[in-house]
Amino acid sequence: MTGIVLDDVHVRREGRHVLRGVSVRLTEHRVAVIGANGSGKSTLARLLNGLVAPTSGRVLVDGLDVARHGRAVRRRVGFVFTDPDAQIVMPTVAEDVAFSLRGSGLSRAEVGARVAAELERHGLAGHADHPAHLLSGGQKQLLALSSVLVSRPDVVVADEPTTLLDLRNTRFVAQRLAALEQRVVLVTHDLDLVGDYERVLVVDEGRVVVDDVPAVAVPAYRALMGAPVR
Amino acid sequence: MTAGPPPAMAPPRTSTSPVHRLGAGTKLAGLCVCSLALLTVDGPRGAALAVVGVMAVFALAGLGPRALWAQIRPLRWVVVCLLAVQWWVLGPVEAVVLSTRLVALVALAGLVTATTPTAQVLDVVERVLRPGRRWGLDPERAALVLALTLRSVPVLTDLAARVRDAQRARGRERDVRAFAVPLVVGSLRRADALGEALAARGLDD
Ligand SMILES: Nc1ncnc2c1ncn2[C@@H]1O[C@H](COP(=O)(O)OP(=O)(O)O)[C@@H](O)[C@H]1O
Ligand SMILES: [Mg+2]
Repeated sequence: MTGIVLDDVHVRREGRHVLRGVSVRLTEHRVAVIGANGSGKSTLARLLNGLVAPTSGRVLVDGLDVARHGRAVRRRVGFVFTDPDAQIVMPTVAEDVAFSLRGSGLSRAEVGARVAAELERHGLAGHADHPAHLLSGGQKQLLALSSVLVSRPDVVVADEPTTLLDLRNTRFVAQRLAALEQRVVLVTHDLDLVGDYERVLVVDEGRVVVDDVPAVAVPAYRALMGAPVR
Repeated sequence: MTAGPPPAMAPPRTSTSPVHRLGAGTKLAGLCVCSLALLTVDGPRGAALAVVGVMAVFALAGLGPRALWAQIRPLRWVVVCLLAVQWWVLGPVEAVVLSTRLVALVALAGLVTATTPTAQVLDVVERVLRPGRRWGLDPERAALVLALTLRSVPVLTDLAARVRDAQRARGRERDVRAFAVPLVVGSLRRADALGEALAARGLDD
């Protein structure tokens, strides 16, 4: 069974009901998740690679139960965090990408070649041996993306990857995401980015309240946000 | 290819100085020997010799006084405090000699890190720690922890700068608690995020 399946998923964290019964089956190439701050988007995204476990219900990725096969699922599902500084764990650019291939059984030469190819693809080849902290915000996010892609996941989940970036870097990172052959699940506040997506989930107070094409989901979300605060 | 994102740094400095070319192991061993030698320095003449020596090695690496200053700059306030205390307790000569020793040591350590790729340093650490396996030490893990630490230094320095700016903006620059609390909270959050990132990237053992 392919696709990502959430089956009546509830998540409670520290007594709060963060997700309240989410059931979706995602098979599209491009899925976007939008919603207000605190609505549960990040929790939903983290479920997809087992960083968060459901309190009840099940999450399956291509038939694998995330709760039981967390490791295998994380090999298939790459995750891009909002803050690239939180994601980059090695001191220099190439080392950080190579870190994703630890324990992959590849030889040193193969690792070197794959890292170089990945950096080249994202315009970071000239920075291979530079300290990661000297990169610009956009370059850091591209590095984070390179480090995710080098291990060749089937799905890339990105949790607000452009929120900390300026317009130019946002466009650049968005272009890169759009060009991926992998399935992408993008959580974002930037409604301009979701126009080309096949399916948009609107999350509100822990529930998926709209699940449709962008032309329907985005106006519905705007209407929801424009509604008077209860 | 489309235009890249705005770059934020100078072009790569590829250097082929004798210091850059030395093996990481040699440099680390040399650093150990120099540290021990520095410990035996106890007169003004020895201190002067140490200063000349350090400047000579920097010159050999093709690095000027600015690079030297960049290495020791973060330490300047610590040195001033130490100097003051030692001056008071031990007198001027002793104070200057001791402080010079410290600065020379930091400069040399900085030189090694500036001229050696981290990956090579980690390899050496891994190799040196390998016999530790017998006592249950995991050299790969130790090298990883070292790498994570190296990576955390600029991230936390950044955090500290941001916290300080925020306090300054609120006119609270003299309030130690107003600085320490967000810094500690931020560091803990960073540790959490790092744990998550490691798990997401397949290191969850
Ligand atoms: N680890 C946690 N402990 C307690 N509450 C949490 C935790 N993670 C998230 N929450 C709460 O769950 C809600 C949804 O959070 P999140 O999924 O991060 O939302 P979003 O990404 O849409 O802003 C928020 O109210 C948040 O405070
Ligand atoms: Mg979020």
